[in-house]
Amino acid sequence: MFGRLTLDALPKDLVTIGGAATMVVALIGIVLLITRLKRWGWLWREWITSLDPKKIGVMYLVVATVMLLRGLGDALLLRAQQALATTGYGPLDSDTFQQIFSAHGTIMIFFVAMGAIFAMMNLLVPMMIGSRDVAFPFMNAVSFWLFAVGMALVNISLMVGEFQAAGWLAYPPLSELQYSPGVGVDYWIWTLQIAGIGSLLSGVNFFTTIVKMRAPGMTLMKMPLFIWSVLGSLVLIIFAFPILTATLGMLSLDRLMGMHFFTSTFGGNPMMYINLIWAWGHPEVYILILPAFGVYSEIVATFSRKRLFGYTSMVWAIAAITLLSFLVWLHHFFTMGAGADVNAFFGIMTMIIAVPTGVKVFNWLFTMYRGRVRFTTPMLWFLGFVVTFTIGGAAGVLMAVPPADFQIHNSLFLVAHFHTMIIGGVLFGAFAAFSYWFPKFTGFRLNEFLGKCAFWCWLSGFIVAFTPLYILGLMGATRRLDHYDPSMGWQWLFIVAGLGVLLILLGVGFQVLQVGYSIWKRKELRDTTGGDPWDGRTLEWATATPPPVYNFAVLPKADTRDPFWYAKQGQKPLSSRKFEPITLPKNSPIPIIIAVGAIMVGFGLVWYMWWMAIAGLLIVVVALIVRLSDENTEYTLTAAEIQHLEARSKRSQYA
Amino acid sequence: MNEAVITTHQNDKTYFGFWTYLMTDIVLFATLFATYAVLKNGVAHGPSSHQIIDLPFVLIETILLLTSSFMSGLALLAARAGKRQLTAALLVIVFGLGAGFVGMELSEFAKLASEGHGWQVSAFLSAFFTLVGTHGLHITAGLLWIIVLGMQIGRFGLSSSVMRRLTLFTMFWHFLDVVWIAIFTIVYLMGSLA
Repeated sequence: MFGRLTLDALPKDLVTIGGAATMVVALIGIVLLITRLKRWGWLWREWITSLDPKKIGVMYLVVATVMLLRGLGDALLLRAQQALATTGYGPLDSDTFQQIFSAHGTIMIFFVAMGAIFAMMNLLVPMMIGSRDVAFPFMNAVSFWLFAVGMALVNISLMVGEFQAAGWLAYPPLSELQYSPGVGVDYWIWTLQIAGIGSLLSGVNFFTTIVKMRAPGMTLMKMPLFIWSVLGSLVLIIFAFPILTATLGMLSLDRLMGMHFFTSTFGGNPMMYINLIWAWGHPEVYILILPAFGVYSEIVATFSRKRLFGYTSMVWAIAAITLLSFLVWLHHFFTMGAGADVNAFFGIMTMIIAVPTGVKVFNWLFTMYRGRVRFTTPMLWFLGFVVTFTIGGAAGVLMAVPPADFQIHNSLFLVAHFHTMIIGGVLFGAFAAFSYWFPKFTGFRLNEFLGKCAFWCWLSGFIVAFTPLYILGLMGATRRLDHYDPSMGWQWLFIVAGLGVLLILLGVGFQVLQVGYSIWKRKELRDTTGGDPWDGRTLEWATATPPPVYNFAVLPKADTRDPFWYAKQGQKPLSSRKFEPITLPKNSPIPIIIAVGAIMVGFGLVWYMWWMAIAGLLIVVVALIVRLSDENTEYTLTAAEIQHLEARSKRSQYA
Repeated sequence: MNEAVITTHQNDKTYFGFWTYLMTDIVLFATLFATYAVLKNGVAHGPSSHQIIDLPFVLIETILLLTSSFMSGLALLAARAGKRQLTAALLVIVFGLGAGFVGMELSEFAKLASEGHGWQVSAFLSAFFTLVGTHGLHITAGLLWIIVLGMQIGRFGLSSSVMRRLTLFTMFWHFLDVVWIAIFTIVYLMGSLA
C-alpha cells in the first residue's frame, strides 16, 4: 500500500527538521490567512483556473521568488559549512551537506532561473508582438501547473524522505541504485521530468505564438529584440528538452527496472549519460541567458532614448549563439579523455561562441554612446551585468583551453565562473525586467532609492562572495567540499565568501522592502503618464495600464521597429478605436486536475506506490479526454462591453 | 472575422504547433537511437543483436503498420468528402492493424524475456527494449487517440474541430511510420548482420 514509505522517512537531523517545519508552518499560515480573508473563491476563479498568460506569468514569478528564498537559504548553509568546517565539524553532516548542495543547484536553475524566464515570456511575449493571447492558452496553463508540481516535489523531499546527494546533475554511477539506494535520486528525476515536460510544452506553445500571431506588419526583422532572443531560447528548448526527457527516462529505467544504460557493469556506459545530460545542459545555459540579453536590449534602448545600435547584427548574433550552443557540450568534461582532436574542436567552438556574445556587448555600449542615458534602477542592473558578464566571459574563454581546463576542472574556479554568468547575467536581467515592467502591470513604479540600495548590495555582495572562489579554485579547492584541512590556508577566503552572501542577503532584504514599501506608497508612486512611465518604444506600452484581459482592444499595426515610439514622434495613434467583438478562452479547472494527477505519478514512482502512479496517470488521461470533448471553451466580449471596459482604463493617447 | 476565417486561422496555428511537437519527438527518438548505437556492443554475457532478431516476423509487423498508416490517409480523404460512416469504418481498420502491431511487438518481447534475454541482461538489451518499446508506447497512445476520435465522430459528426483532430492524428500516425522505418533499418536490418 505505501511502497517503501515508512515513518523513517520523516526528517531526523536538526537542519532538515528546521527547514521542513518552516515550510509547514508557512503553508498552514497561508491557508489560514486565505480562509480568514475568505479569498478561496477569488483564488480559484481569478488565478488557479485562469488561462490568461498575464496571470500565469505572475504565478511563475511568485514560485520563482519563493524558490529564490529557499535556494538562498541553502546557499547560506553551504557557505556557513565551508567557512567553519576546517576540522570536519561544521553545522551540517556530510550527507545533509551533499543533499543541500544538489537541492541548491536544482532549485536555482529549474525553479528560479527557468521560472523567471517563463514569467517574462508569459507576461511580455503576447503584448510585445501585438497579440491577445498565446497560441494554446490551455496548454500554457498545463505547462505552469506541471512546473508547480516539480516545485512541490522538490520541497516535499525535504519533509518526506531525502533529496539526492549526487550533485545537481546526478552523475552515474553514483546516482544508480547500487550507490544511491534511497529516494533522493528518484525525487530529483521526477521533479525534473515533470517540470521539464512543462517547459517543453511551453517551448512549442511560445514558438508557435511568435511565428504565427504577430501583429499585422511585424515582419521578422521588425520584431523587438526581446522577441528575437526569446525565439532563440525557444528553439533551444524545442531541441534540447527532449534530450533531457529521454536521458532522465533512461536513468529511471536503470533504477526502476534494472536496466543497464549508465551502470558501470553489464555493458553500461556512465559517460553516455554525461554526454547526453550536457547535450541538454549547455543549450539550457543559453535558454536562460538569451531572454536576459533581450531584456537588456530593450532597457538600454529605452533609457538611452536611442534605437538599438546594430539591430541586424544583434539578430545574427542570437542566431549564431543558438546554433553554436549545440556544438560545445563536451567542454564540460574535457577530462573524459576523448583525445586531442575532439577536445580541440570543442575548445575552439567554445571560444568562437564568445564572438557573437562580444558583438552584443559592444552593440549595447554603442547604443549608450551619445544617448541621453537615464541611470534608473533597470539601467543600473544592466551596467552591473556588463561588468560581471565580461569578467565571467573571460574566465569562460580561459577554461575553453583544454590544457588549462584539466587544471581547474571541477574546481571552485568553475563554480565562480558559472555563478558569474547566471547571477550577473540571468538574475540581474530578471531584476532589471522586474523593475522596468512592474509599472506596466500595476500602474505604479517601484521606489528607486530602495531599488538602488538593493542593486549595490547585490553587486558588491556578488563580488565579495565570488572573487574568493576564483582564487580558491586556482589554489586547488574543488567543489562540494564538506570539510578541508586547516593547513590548506583556505579558511579566510571561505569566510570572506560567506560575508559576501550576507551582503547579497541584505540586497534581497532591500528588494522585499522595496516591493512592500512601494505597494504601501502606491498613491505617491502612481504612474501619471497614462501607462508609459519610461517613454517606451515597443507595443506593450501601447495597451491600457494595467493591461486588460484581451491586451489590445484594437489590434495595432507595426510597420516599423519600435512602433510605439514612432507613433509618439508622428503624434499619430497606433490603432483606430473601432471596437469589434473579441473571443477569449474560458477559465478551466482541468490544468490543476492534471497537476494533481502528475504529482500522484511522481510521488507514487518515488515511493514505489504503483497504484498511486497508475491512478495519477488515469486522472491525467481522463482529464485530457474531458477537455477534448468540450466544444464550449470560449466566450465573446461584445463591442459595447469592450467600449465600457476601455472607457475606465488608463492608456497613452498614442496607443 | 467570420467563422471560416477564424477556423482556418485556428487550424493554421494548431498544425504548426503539432509539427513543432513532432520535431521534439524526433529529438527524443534521436537520443534513444544515439544511445542504442553507443551501447549496441555492450552485450556483456547476453546475446548480440543478430542472435535474437527474427526478420520475417518483423516484416509482418512492418506491413501491418504501413497498411494502417495508408488506411488513416484514406480515412482523412473520406472525412474530407463528408462520408462519416466510411471514415468511422476506416478508422476501425486503422485501429485493428495498429493493435495487431502492438500485439506482435508484445509477443516478441515476451518471447525474448522467456528465453532469458530480458532488459536486465545487458546494456544492449536495455537500449533495444527502450527504443522499440518507446515507439510501441507511442502507437498505444495513438490507439487510445483513435478511440477518442471515434467517440467524437459519433457525438459531434465531422465538425471542424473533429476534422482538425483527425488531420493531427494522421500526421502523428505517419510520423510513427517514419520512426519505425528507421528502427526497422537500424535495429533489425543492420542488426541481423553477424
